[in-house]
Formats: sequence, C-alpha cells, structure tokens
Amino acid sequence: MESEYRFQHRHILGIEELSASDIGFILDTAESFKEISQRPIKKVPTLRGKTVIHLFFEPSTRTRLSFEIAAKRMSADTFNISASTSSAIKGETLIDTAKNLTSMNPDIIVIRHASSGSPHLLARHIKASVINAGDGTHEHPSQSLLDMMTVREKKGKIAGLKIAIIGDISHSRVAHSNIIGFTKMGAQVQVSGPATLIPAGIKQLGATVCHRVEDAVADADVVMALRIQKERQLDPLLPSLREYATFFGINRTLLKSAKPDAIIMHPGPINRGVEMTFDVADGEQSVIMDQVTNGVAVRMALLYLIMGGEDR
Amino acid sequence: MNSSPALLLQNARIIDPANNIDEPGDLLIINGVIRRKGKARSLSCPANCLTIDLQGKWLVPGLIDMHVHLREPGEEYKETIASGTKAAAAGGFTAVACMPNTNPVNDNQSVTSLILTKAAAEGSARVYPVGAISKNSKGTELAEYGELKKAGAVAVSDDGRPVANSQLMRRALEYSSNHSLLVISHSEEVSLSENGVMNEGALSTRLGLRGIPTVAETIMIYRDLALAEYVERPIHIAHISTRESVDLVRRAKNKGCQVTAETAPHYFTLTEETVGMYNTRAKMNPPLRSADDLAAIREGLRDGTIDAIATDHAPHSVMEKDVEFDQAANGIIGLETAVPLTLALVRENILTPARMIELLSVRPARILGVTGGSLAEGNAADITVIDPEKTFIYREEDVVSKSANSPFLGWELTGKAVLTIVGGTITFRDM
Ligand SMILES: [Zn+2]
Repeated sequence: MESEYRFQHRHILGIEELSASDIGFILDTAESFKEISQRPIKKVPTLRGKTVIHLFFEPSTRTRLSFEIAAKRMSADTFNISASTSSAIKGETLIDTAKNLTSMNPDIIVIRHASSGSPHLLARHIKASVINAGDGTHEHPSQSLLDMMTVREKKGKIAGLKIAIIGDISHSRVAHSNIIGFTKMGAQVQVSGPATLIPAGIKQLGATVCHRVEDAVADADVVMALRIQKERQLDPLLPSLREYATFFGINRTLLKSAKPDAIIMHPGPINRGVEMTFDVADGEQSVIMDQVTNGVAVRMALLYLIMGGEDR
Repeated sequence: MNSSPALLLQNARIIDPANNIDEPGDLLIINGVIRRKGKARSLSCPANCLTIDLQGKWLVPGLIDMHVHLREPGEEYKETIASGTKAAAAGGFTAVACMPNTNPVNDNQSVTSLILTKAAAEGSARVYPVGAISKNSKGTELAEYGELKKAGAVAVSDDGRPVANSQLMRRALEYSSNHSLLVISHSEEVSLSENGVMNEGALSTRLGLRGIPTVAETIMIYRDLALAEYVERPIHIAHISTRESVDLVRRAKNKGCQVTAETAPHYFTLTEETVGMYNTRAKMNPPLRSADDLAAIREGLRDGTIDAIATDHAPHSVMEKDVEFDQAANGIIGLETAVPLTLALVRENILTPARMIELLSVRPARILGVTGGSLAEGNAADITVIDPEKTFIYREEDVVSKSANSPFLGWELTGKAVLTIVGGTITFRDM
C-alpha cells in the first residue's frame, strides 16, 4: 500500500475495468476498514461533508443497506432514491434523472438498474463518481470484491485456487463479475448448471464449463451457488425447481468431492432447499455471513478510494 | 431545385451496367428524358441548356434504395417524406421504397395515397410505398393488396413486425400474385430473438446483454424460401446479416428459385464490436454480427448471391437513442453513407464499379419493377454523379436527415454523390 501504486479510478463500473493490482489494493483497503465496524463507535469522519446518493431502480434490501451502512460509517450524507419514489416510472429517462441529481451536487451515485450498461450511461452524463451496485445481467463489482475478500481472508490467497460457480450463470451479474475477477487474480473458475443457463461464449470470460456439477465441484477450494429465480421456468429454461434442486443443488454428498476445507458461498438471498440444502447453507463450511460483513468493508473502501483516498 | 429544359453532362465516366457500358462520354437530357449519349465532349448544347463538366466523375443510373423508413405519417419528429427524400438526394438516391411501419400502418390505399401525394409535393426523390402484408401488420389477416396496388404500392412487407404465422406468409405469397406485388420478408423467428438486443455470443455475454442468435434469422429465411418455392412465387429477403443466410439464398438460387436478397452497408462494414460500451448507435435489427458473418456478406455481394444494397434507413431521435442500451430503439440512418461505404468495397476489389451500380440501382429497379436502373436513351433522366475520390468527414451538423443516429458520425469517408438528378431535375448538387 505504500508503494508507487496509485488507485486511479473515478468510477467503479465493473470488475472488467479493474486490474489485479487495483483489486488487491481495494481488498487491502477493505481489510483495514473492517476493524472500524468492530469498534464500539463505528464511525470515522473520512467522508464528512460528502454526499452519496443511492439510486435504486430495482428492489434490493441487502445491497442498498450495505452501501448505506458503509457510507454512514464514513460520515457521508446519504440519500436513497428507489424506483417507487423516483420519476422513472413517470417516464423520466435515466439521463433526466441524472441531470436533476446534478443539481443536488452529489459526490457519489450508487446505482442499481435492470439495464446492463446503465451505470456507464450515467457516468457519461454526470460529474459525480458512479458505483455500479448491479446492472442488469452485466456486473456487480462490489459483490465480487466482497467475495474475493472473503476467499482471501479464509484461504490466505486467491491465486491458484479452484473456484466452482454453480447455477444460473446466464442471468447472474455476480457470476460474470466473479469469473472476470477471480480469473484476474489467478484463480481457476469452473462453472456448471443447466445448459440452458450457461451463456454463449462464457469461456472467453475465462471460465471452464463442466456439464456435470460433480466435475465442477471436484477438488474445489470454493463452491459458490447462485440464486435461481423462480420465473426461469417460464422461458422455458428449467422444468422445475425440484428437478433443479435434485441435480444442481449443493448438498453434502456433492461436497465430498470438493477439498475437505472448501468454503461455501452464496450471494444471497438463498432459496434454501433449492440452490443448497439447509445443512450446507448453515454448516461450518459456509461463509455466507462473512460475505455480508465484508460487504460493508469493501463498500467503505470503494467510497473512500474513488474520493481520492485522502484524510484517513 | 433546378429545372431546366436541357442539361448536358459532359466528360463523365458513364457506368451503365444494364447496357454494358463503362466508358467516357457525354449525356444530354432534354425535358427530363435521356435524349442522347455520346463520346466525351462529342455532344453540344442546344439553346437554353445548362452544361456541367463532370471531369471524369462517374455518371450512373440513379441509385434506388429499396428499404427505408420515412416515418411519415406518425413520427414526423424523426423524419418526414420531405426530409427523408432530401437525405436520399444528398446520398445520391433518386428513388426510395418506404416500409409500411408508419403510424397508421400503410396497410390501405389512403395511407399509400397520402405518401404519394406528399412525395409529389415535397419530395426530392421518387417514393415507392411498400404496403403491409397483413392488416395493421398484426400477422393475422391479409391486407387489401388490390387496393394497395391500385393506390401505387410496389410491394408488401411486414418489416419490423415479422410474420410469425406460416399460413399467413403462404397466403401472402399466393395472393400477391393476383396483384403483381412482390413480397419482401423481414425474416426473423421472434421466439428466438425476443428481448434480444445484440448478436448472441461472447460479447453479448460480456456486456450482459440479451443476445439474438443468428439462427433466429436463418430459420425464418429457410421457412420463407421453402414456402416461396412450394407456391412457386418470387420472394425478396430483406437485410440479410449472417453467413448461413447467404448460404441459404445461394442454395435456393442454384435450385432455380425466384429469390432475391438485400443487405445493408452496416452488415458489410461493421461487426458487433461496434457496440463497444453500450453504443446505441450500433443497435439495429438484425444486429451487427461477427467478422465471419461480415466476410460472408461481402462474398455474397461479390458473387451475386445478394442482389441489392439497401440502407434500412431508420431515423430515431435522441429520445429513443440516448437511453439504456436495452431500452434504445433499433435502427440507424443510412441514406447519406451508402455510397462511400459501398465504394470501400470497390477499393478493396470486392466489387467492380459496375457491380456496385447493379447492387444500388439496376437490380433494385428490376426487383421492384419500377423505372430506372438504366441510362438507355428515352428513359427518364434519373441520374447520380459520384466522385469516387472525394473525402469528407461525416459530421453530425452535416447530416441532412432529421435524425442523426449513425454509427459513422466522425468517420472520414471517401467517395460521395455530388450531383443527383430526378427526371431531369437536379435534387442535389455538391460540385
Ligand atoms: Zn426489417
């Protein structure tokens, strides 16, 4: 952290734009921030006077709350604009919204939107820094960073690890960011799931595709299950959630082929009994709660770094 | 507009593939008709005649764009018949065929008549209305082809709202024979392309954008060719974009089927990479494809599998384009860039100059069954003069169309129409 390296990003739009050094630096910064959340008074004045707007066009409790806690612990002023209160439904375009927000002179806008690329559109039209809190089926960089932080914390490293990602790869921005991120950090990513949910050209993102879940999980250091959305049955992508649970759900038997100390992850919220069995989700290999804790630290680090990383 | 009883175009390179001509010469227009052709500087000017020395520039039969969207009636804020035909003239086109997806849809004689009346009063190019295949382009009932034809429609198409029902397509192919109307198919299997916004592949996955697989196009072309062959009717396939589509058309032609096909300049110039980071000016339907598809399109143009280059000129305002990629409207304008983009293929030795003019004039005229495509004496004087060397930067402020949704803005382009003449009247001059 004391080397010549300098973090130079003004926006966090995706893992794709970050280098391995950027990612390492963000994780180092996040680790140093983690301690703040363990203090009795969980607040530092670092972003005092800064304004952070959480602009959420998709419902999200967990990510929004995590960003909000992060901003508050840094003493920033925060505003939440959610789809139900925003003008989006009244036909105002994203650019109109952006221009109106400019009048509030925000420093950071955290955006979640159902359209891939909307944070990029916003960043082109606004002076504030933009953090992508999930755009369509494109990226979810802060989630990927907290996943990498959790893995690095538990395994001491990322390079050389085998990461299995199981489930709906097509519609998962978490999977996309993680495939790019873990691969950049030197891990080997294997994906598996129903072939209807494995997108075209996923190999070019760096992942190996396994037709059998067993092959993806074999010898894995990390097993990550993705949320499966119930409406996927209609597309038609899946015959039923029951069939999914039987053939693609993570259970004890399947886990036997992974490394004995493999950790289990899930970006949440979990459909227990579908993506993984209850005993796996709540078992001792599960690090799902650590993911949530690290989420706040990673988001504090992102807010801090894109504001220039001053006044620690 | 400059109307003069006589116009002498001197010292041109006359390229007239319909009459097997590619040689220096003069051409004399009197009362809107090609009166005489002769060797360079051999013709003299009658009284009250305007003479233009073309200094070796190409003089070709007026270019015909058989696939444009003029947006009138209904979306005049994007384009009008006046502004769209002005853009056509600026791009070297003397005639355009306009697709029926206006509001209201051109599925009846009153809309067709309105378009023709407006075109006659305010147009800078001949306008050939294309009627709808089905009422309101809903894909359930046949439109009234007899009335459409009587009002002046030259073809029928449900462009933009592809015909899903195979029975309806069959009936359209059959019934169009009674009224000598060509069926133009926008071939797309919507169950495969629905909600897709770009070509399906590694790039769509990387951008998190829903893909449109090439098979969505191929499957429907196959169906349409099979139906046309079965009922022994001609069919024209609009804007083909994939390698498999070229192969299917080539095979059908080899079998002797009466099939013709067009592609658009963007499919032989750009690939899906142009989408870059969510550039909505690279969003159209069918979408930009891979480099391999582009190569196959070029080969199809070279070997004659593809009959025509049509721009699919589709104006949209910033309201439709300056939005999230998946929310943005499909389509780009094309009338003002077709000539330089096609000339690029001539410079790459993929097309000869004569072949280029076949693709942009001779074949479209024959496919639609309209005048033009030939510089024979006695024909209406629809003429385009092209300066193949002229270099210009295509700037937003220079766009003639009412909309500026082009991925080619800022490009340095070589080759330009410098004089456009419709029935002896100059509709555009830049020399
Ligand atoms: Zn079309």
